[in-house]
Amino acid sequence: MIEFADVRVRLGERDVLRGVTASLGERRIGVVGANGSGKSTLARLINGLALPTSGTVTVLGLDTRRQAAKIRREVGFLFTDPDAQIVMPTVAEDVAFSLRRHRLPREEADRRVAEVLGRYGLAGHADHPAHHLSGGQKQLLALCSVMVLEPRVIVMDEPTTLLDLRHSRQVAELLRELPQQVVVVTHDLPLLAGFDRVLVLDEGRVVADGVPEEAIGHYRKLMA
Amino acid sequence: MNGRTGAYVPGASPLHRLPAGAKLAGLAVVCTALVLLRSPFALGGAAVVTAGLYALSRVGVAAAWAQVRPVRWFAVALFALQWVFVGVEGAAVTTLRVVVAVALAGLVTITTRTSEMMAVLERLMAPARLVGLDPFRLSLLLSLTIRTVPVLADLAGRVRDAQRARGVERSLRAFAVPLVVGALRHADALGEALSARGLDD
Repeated sequence: MIEFADVRVRLGERDVLRGVTASLGERRIGVVGANGSGKSTLARLINGLALPTSGTVTVLGLDTRRQAAKIRREVGFLFTDPDAQIVMPTVAEDVAFSLRRHRLPREEADRRVAEVLGRYGLAGHADHPAHHLSGGQKQLLALCSVMVLEPRVIVMDEPTTLLDLRHSRQVAELLRELPQQVVVVTHDLPLLAGFDRVLVLDEGRVVADGVPEEAIGHYRKLMA
Repeated sequence: MNGRTGAYVPGASPLHRLPAGAKLAGLAVVCTALVLLRSPFALGGAAVVTAGLYALSRVGVAAAWAQVRPVRWFAVALFALQWVFVGVEGAAVTTLRVVVAVALAGLVTITTRTSEMMAVLERLMAPARLVGLDPFRLSLLLSLTIRTVPVLADLAGRVRDAQRARGVERSLRAFAVPLVVGALRHADALGEALSARGLDD
């Protein structure tokens, strides 16, 4: 469960979020809104990458302000640009890097890395330089690096923005199969098909909140 | 398959299987020996042995050349200057010493995974804890440096394309400003990604 209680975020002179209150318990949650509406900030609040100026955000009962380190073990975050989140030079090393602080025995870490690379079709690229992968493969690698930690919640900030149609579809299919609770911030409306709930943000406020058809309909009117 | 300086080339050769610590220690010993060698024939022998080691590693000619390519003009200039000041024999000794050392260092990096190198460096830098430094963070600097090379190369390529598109390819400022801004943005994003992956715990 993710709880926002009267969350306000002010960056410099700008109110990015203006009193967001919501309880997110559904398995698939989408967040849409115009550029600058505060949706990426909302996503970043969930694992403590951003902190509220006032109000509280709790994830799985943990306060992001005081327990960010614990929350990050439970909440995986996928950024728009996979290049910015790939840390190690080769594919397998980057996935293994996520496990470093867990001090797993080498065999166990290797097993988990091989398993997750196999699951997302990157087993054949294990020793390849990460920068040689295509954009879609890099996003899959970023997902592998998140999934190897077996998080309970996954937050994705515009995961398909830099991908072509084929890779966008691939990410959409993978997203449907993920067993975790997933919060996706996106402009890619077809990605939200089959979601349980969609929030529409406008100028830092939630202006619509419901099933995808209704919320996206509201968003289309807002953008008209 | 890989022609980039310092990039790991996957393989199963004896050199790939050798522990990273042994390779780094061997490199230190051999580089010291290179400094002590005075004969061009001995250094020529060292160059032949180095070429043999590359063959043993089976990394391919492109990857081998990529390791010494960055110093090719430096080597030519060094040889020419040394020839003028100390003669042809001295020039051959100095130049071979530099090129062989660079080639051997390159051989270690392309046959060793960065993570293995990081593990060795972490062990070596363990005493840094006494002065409050985290060896993991220090070794992470190494891997981020290696990882950032192709990212910055891509960024520089994009900036050059944008310059050409706008007809300002001769302007140093038009190249440097977006490159620095892009690099800083990347650093910001990378820092945030490291936080998201729990690296600031």
